[in-house]
Amino acid sequence: MSRAIDASPPARSQLAHAGCAPPPAGRTGLREALHAEWTKLRTLPGTPWLLLAAAAATIALGTVADAAARCPASGCQLDPAKTSLTGVDLGQAIVAILAATAVSGEYATGMIRTTLAAMPRRLTVLAAKAVTVTGLTLAAGAAGVLGSVLAGRLILSGHGFTAAHGFPALSLANGQVLRAAAGSVLYLALIALLSVGVAAAVRETAAAIGIVLGLLYLLPILGLVVGSPSWHRHLEQIAPMIAGLEVQATTGLRSLPISPWAGLGVLAAWATAALLAGMLLLRLRDA
Amino acid sequence: MITGSMTARRAGAVRREAAGAGFGALLHAEWTKLRTVRGWVVGMVLAALLTAGVTLLNHSSCSGGCSFPIGPGGEAVIDSFYFVHQPLASDGSITARVTSLTGLYSPNGGIAPGSDPEASWRPGLQPWAKAGIIVKASTRAGSAYAAMMVTGGHGVRMQYGYTGDIAGPAATASAAAPRWLRLTRTGGTLTGYWSADGTRWTRAGTAYLAGLRATAQAGLFATSPSSATSLSSSLTGTSSSGGTTVATARFDHVSLAGRRPGGTWAGADLDGLPGTGFRQSGGTITVTGSGNIAPDVPAAPDGNGTAVESTLLGAFFGLIAVIVVASMFMTAEYRRGLIRVTLAAAPSRGRVLAAKAAVVGSVTFLAGLAGSAAAVALGEPLLRSNGNFMLPVSTFTLVRAVAGTAALLAVAAVLALALGAIVRRSAAAITAVIAGIVLPYLLTNVLPAVPAGAAAWLLRVTPAAAFAIQQTVPRYRQVSASYTPMQGYFPLAPWAGFAVLCGYAAVALAVALVLLRRRDA
Repeated sequence: MSRAIDASPPARSQLAHAGCAPPPAGRTGLREALHAEWTKLRTLPGTPWLLLAAAAATIALGTVADAAARCPASGCQLDPAKTSLTGVDLGQAIVAILAATAVSGEYATGMIRTTLAAMPRRLTVLAAKAVTVTGLTLAAGAAGVLGSVLAGRLILSGHGFTAAHGFPALSLANGQVLRAAAGSVLYLALIALLSVGVAAAVRETAAAIGIVLGLLYLLPILGLVVGSPSWHRHLEQIAPMIAGLEVQATTGLRSLPISPWAGLGVLAAWATAALLAGMLLLRLRDA
Repeated sequence: MITGSMTARRAGAVRREAAGAGFGALLHAEWTKLRTVRGWVVGMVLAALLTAGVTLLNHSSCSGGCSFPIGPGGEAVIDSFYFVHQPLASDGSITARVTSLTGLYSPNGGIAPGSDPEASWRPGLQPWAKAGIIVKASTRAGSAYAAMMVTGGHGVRMQYGYTGDIAGPAATASAAAPRWLRLTRTGGTLTGYWSADGTRWTRAGTAYLAGLRATAQAGLFATSPSSATSLSSSLTGTSSSGGTTVATARFDHVSLAGRRPGGTWAGADLDGLPGTGFRQSGGTITVTGSGNIAPDVPAAPDGNGTAVESTLLGAFFGLIAVIVVASMFMTAEYRRGLIRVTLAAAPSRGRVLAAKAAVVGSVTFLAGLAGSAAAVALGEPLLRSNGNFMLPVSTFTLVRAVAGTAALLAVAAVLALALGAIVRRSAAAITAVIAGIVLPYLLTNVLPAVPAGAAAWLLRVTPAAAFAIQQTVPRYRQVSASYTPMQGYFPLAPWAGFAVLCGYAAVALAVALVLLRRRDA
């Protein structure tokens, strides 16, 4: 992955595709913007590797979690769907790289000035970026999630998660498992949108990644610090990673801090806020 | 000939001198780069502030059982048992035969108020139920002692000073195979013996009790620690509530040699349950007790207390700021083409990398040290004022946790720098370090995402192992507790865990060096 990124700086390919044929005046709609963003993103040498890495990391960590999970006859509290989808915790970090780089990478190379010269409507540019990145994330996320569910189905049944212990084999035909799987794909897409928004706001890839991963990974750790149970519960309800990943829960639904779809809604709110901030700053600031 | 070698030597000295000055200049150049980028300075200050400030959000408080006596070694201890004692002035010895040790436990995790305790209890002996003979400085909880005992599941043992534990024969006492125990006092030195028949004695061990006054208390004791009856796991962690248990031991052939001012046995209930006590009939003394004589382990059912490292959780927040700055410190050189100027000025690429690592490592260490020292200084009084019992730690351990946190941040910064040199893209470098350090901790300590076995494995092989350097709570083999990452117990020793992170940083630096030399900048 890294070697491939090194091989050729993004600027070269971006210029080749987006800069050489400026669209005729008056044809700078969303369709053209989408086409331009799609061309830029698909020709970046890192993109296919990042997509592959996101799917592979999701499946790999999920498989490790499956392999470590045990459900003895005495019973267990593990949620099989959530366990096999543990890899999303890692996959989201790679999705964040892809999404943040798609925006802030242009600032690093100065490409953004070419882009905005060609497409003066900034919000259209950002929308096109968001749509393109989300589309690719949905594809990679679906591959990673399907692979994880398949791995869970194959591995968990051998570790005591059997019908005899109250766990039917993982299957997308089960409504809750389907919700967990589809919700995980949507979760990854929302992480991409969050990262696009943050990257548009701070324009610096490193800072954007730091902020996104900090938001995702550190708020749960903050839960260890705040001692009082009510604060803790509120934190679980607003932390994007904890609330968003409740969509994976298939057992113990009554004791969740927030219901599965509402949790995903919390993440959607974070992503919307980030995108709004990004749009506002993109409009107001000089590129 | 001589002149030639002299010239060569002088030339070598001059080269070395130039090299020395060169590295100093390199350090100065890199330091100038770091301090003149406003964002990086802000990042480092932010790292220190986050490391220190997050602890101020701590609102945890303690209710019930929030205080423990302090043992002679300075650690928090549990000292509750039933003590049948007599004064023992100066030297002497106590001998007793234990003919049975039995126990009761409450299957529903405690005794409902108002209910008849006897009715709800079931027979069952805790593995660390203890009974035997003891010489103790006084009947005050936390005073020094040495004891010879039989245990529920760990055989005959000599224990002293709350943390000392010497194993004897594995079998426990029964009517068919009683155990003889003896403790001999000479000044401050207590020697324990055990025997199967009362004639052939085997020495178990010796303990020196500092500050033992002329008149100590000697006698019989019984105690039984709480059992972990219910375990509930949630996002907040695994909580265990203990069920009270009691142990009853039957002694005979009890003899106390030495000057005995009292002469009769007196019972003392050290912080135990009502209903415990002793009965004397003929030569037989039966003692029933509840509690433990052991170090306080917060992860144990009857343990409690807040470890000082809970004030150092802000390090995770500082860590992310540090990683972002350190990786950019390298990748920005590539982005702006500055690396070509840097390498033109100092052609030795290894030294450029070394200078960068030294500068970012030292600055991070200082920022981290300021942050973690402030975190402890602010967090400890705050937690105390909320009624928490702060577990006492030795100065050395405290310095290790605080300076170790700063060192952890510094080595993580060097790792991020090296990865930045390898991949030349800050996004990948930052994500790799965060996913390597923060994510394993999150999966093992915060979210119950992986089972304990896998959690221990993750915290051995990933850079997150380094957080072991913050652990101040020791594990004791003589206390049953859930020594899991969730409870703050890392699978590796503090320095071993830190070494794992150093290993990652060293390998990354070596790879970065090779690539920096081979690749065109």
